[in-house]
Amino acid sequence: MSHLTTETFDSNARAALVDTQLRGALRNATSLFGKRRLAAARGLENWEDLRTQARAIKDDVLLHLDRYLEEFVSNAEQRGAKVHWARDASEANQIVCDLARQQGVRNVVKSKSMVTEEIHLNDALQASGMEVIETDLGEYIIQLAGEAPSHIIVPAIHKTKGQIAELFTAKLGIEPTDDVDKLTSVARNVLRQRFANADLGISGVNFAVAETGTILILENEGNVRLTTSLPKVHIALMGIEKILPRFVDLDVFLKLLPRSGTGQQLTTYQSLITGTKRRPEDEGPEQLHIVLLDNGRSRMLAHPTTRQALACIRCGACLNACPVYQQIGGHAYGSVYPGPIGAVITPQLIGLGKASQLPYASSLCGACREVCPVKIDIPELLLHLRAEITDRKQEQEQAGGRRQEQAGGRRQEQEAGGSFKKRTGERFAFRLFAAVMTRPRTYEFSVKVGRLLQRSIVRRGKIGRVGGMLAQLAPPLGAWTNARDMRPIAESTFREQWRAGLRDDTDPGSDT
Amino acid sequence: MRVALFVTCLVDQMWPSVGVSTLEVLRRVGCTVEFDERQTCCGQPAFNTGYSAEARQLAERFIQMCEESEAEAIVSPSGSCTAMVHHYPALFDNAGDAQENHEWRRRARAVAERTFELSSFLVRVLKIDDVGARWPGRVTWHDACHALRDLNVHSEPRRLIGNVREAEFVELDNADSCCGFGGTFSVKYPEISVAILDQKIEAIEKAGVQAVVSGDASCLMQIGGRLSRKGSNVRAMHLAELLASR
Ligand code: SF4
Repeated sequence: MSHLTTETFDSNARAALVDTQLRGALRNATSLFGKRRLAAARGLENWEDLRTQARAIKDDVLLHLDRYLEEFVSNAEQRGAKVHWARDASEANQIVCDLARQQGVRNVVKSKSMVTEEIHLNDALQASGMEVIETDLGEYIIQLAGEAPSHIIVPAIHKTKGQIAELFTAKLGIEPTDDVDKLTSVARNVLRQRFANADLGISGVNFAVAETGTILILENEGNVRLTTSLPKVHIALMGIEKILPRFVDLDVFLKLLPRSGTGQQLTTYQSLITGTKRRPEDEGPEQLHIVLLDNGRSRMLAHPTTRQALACIRCGACLNACPVYQQIGGHAYGSVYPGPIGAVITPQLIGLGKASQLPYASSLCGACREVCPVKIDIPELLLHLRAEITDRKQEQEQAGGRRQEQAGGRRQEQEAGGSFKKRTGERFAFRLFAAVMTRPRTYEFSVKVGRLLQRSIVRRGKIGRVGGMLAQLAPPLGAWTNARDMRPIAESTFREQWRAGLRDDTDPGSDT
Repeated sequence: MRVALFVTCLVDQMWPSVGVSTLEVLRRVGCTVEFDERQTCCGQPAFNTGYSAEARQLAERFIQMCEESEAEAIVSPSGSCTAMVHHYPALFDNAGDAQENHEWRRRARAVAERTFELSSFLVRVLKIDDVGARWPGRVTWHDACHALRDLNVHSEPRRLIGNVREAEFVELDNADSCCGFGGTFSVKYPEISVAILDQKIEAIEKAGVQAVVSGDASCLMQIGGRLSRKGSNVRAMHLAELLASR
């Protein structure tokens, strides 16, 4: 299920809901990570202060991003790194592939990196004739299975232990076993071989410090360390928002990120990399290339509301906390960034038109906002996107009439990020809703009409499953009653009761 | 204290007994309650679905209506509608005339400041956590998301329930997780909505209670609708109904 698209979110989700293995795996993992996160956060007295501080640092970065980026680039280059700028995915892929070709690279080892998933770097490298292997265990599993990650820090969260064992048996020809240690050591052996032959290491970046030109990468398996130090060339890819101004800022983020992500106080390894090796006896690659990727980020930066999404440190806590993600997992979103924050970022990557289902795939419960270490108000962002979707849709429908005469319609459609699904029925319903709700008499009249209409479907005080014609006439009624009974409109509304005597019945003790 | 009751359109039409119970509790604790018959909906469904112009229309209307009332507090048996009123100032952030928006924001804030969800009004404003209720049976509580996360309502209902005579209170494993309602979400993605709901139902069934109590009629329609479909004997009950019993 790795090649699902965002546009078919609804059917992807329905398919996920009937996949019992998937749901079992998700339920275990998300609740475990949720509990660990809570315990880790409670372990720090100043958790709330840290969140506030972190957000303030990020807000400052985003406000002065140009300045901090310049500072970072100049410091990193002074220490021997070479920095490259990529406006979008294809530019970034081009840069990496060109570098690899120039160096005569054949074997690439990669450590886990969402930004390389975002630009589909593996496909580009393979198309250029290179062998690429993922060295993070989870990513390795996903690569073996030919899938995409379904979580931003736990790529194989959707897989059960049994499924992984089967995969290893099928792909690596090992004896069937569900002993996790055995499986891990099988993977280790394969990977060790690949490390020995690798001539290029590719990694992501968790934080980049402007003041020193340092990049920091967090991990638990030691594979990042090897990826970034064994091969003679290291390419690190990062979104432009990963900058932190000062080295001391790391202190705040190192407290927040591991705790929010996996519930650890600190990851097992933290690789701080500043430039290339100076003397022959030093460790590390001869060449360090850092690719700074925009890919829609400056567009998000320009808007004061969406800007806050760039504060995201990709900890994954909002995914684990999200009731929707907990049920359907990551693949259904059809995007490298699933879950609540994915619903905000994906429209920036593929266009709001193509991703227009995602902002609605939320009950707006606010659990994501509550756990987010940088206090991103995701529900507010989703509401903002919903409003933008309804506005754009209206514009597009109005422009539709003119499109016949003008050729400009197509460009406009592209700018909006694809064509928006028609929503005339819904808009009409909400206009009607507002018209009724601003007129108390009309409101009361509509209640009376509703009471008459429902007569045929109310049984023993409730409305059971409504199917057939009626469900087609009133889709929400069908959708609701498929698995839930509905309360009918009351025989006598509150205001009718108020007028009938509640108003004057001021004796509170009258019923005793 | 003089109080204006905002029952919400949902309670008015579908669950009037919640309004009646709220009225009774407020009167019992000594409030003089008024009810403006012009009230309809706070605009939340439109706002949450992305129809901000329609939501603004209803917000303006609600603000005007509240300004005409001399009540010290506007009380509602709904966390999410109260949260919507608290969100009103943000509705006047961009579209339209800047000066006019500024004025609307000021008016919206003034209304929001005196609008309360029932349990927090009783406990925080009136400082009452025992309303003299009696209900024999085992009950549990579901935290409605907007009450919990937008209005910080957590201990208030628990204190009130704790003082209901003969009621035995048990905490749900997942009291603070969403029931899957989410307004139009519940009919746009009914299967996901019900999948989320079933986790709540599972916990309720495990708790072995006679009633699951909450502060929002919308969550209760969701939970109650599923319980009823499954033929369960557990009753979905609004806090106001529990507090009104004696
Ligand atoms: S939005 Fe917040 S919680 Fe979600 S991944 Fe980003 S930082 Fe973590």
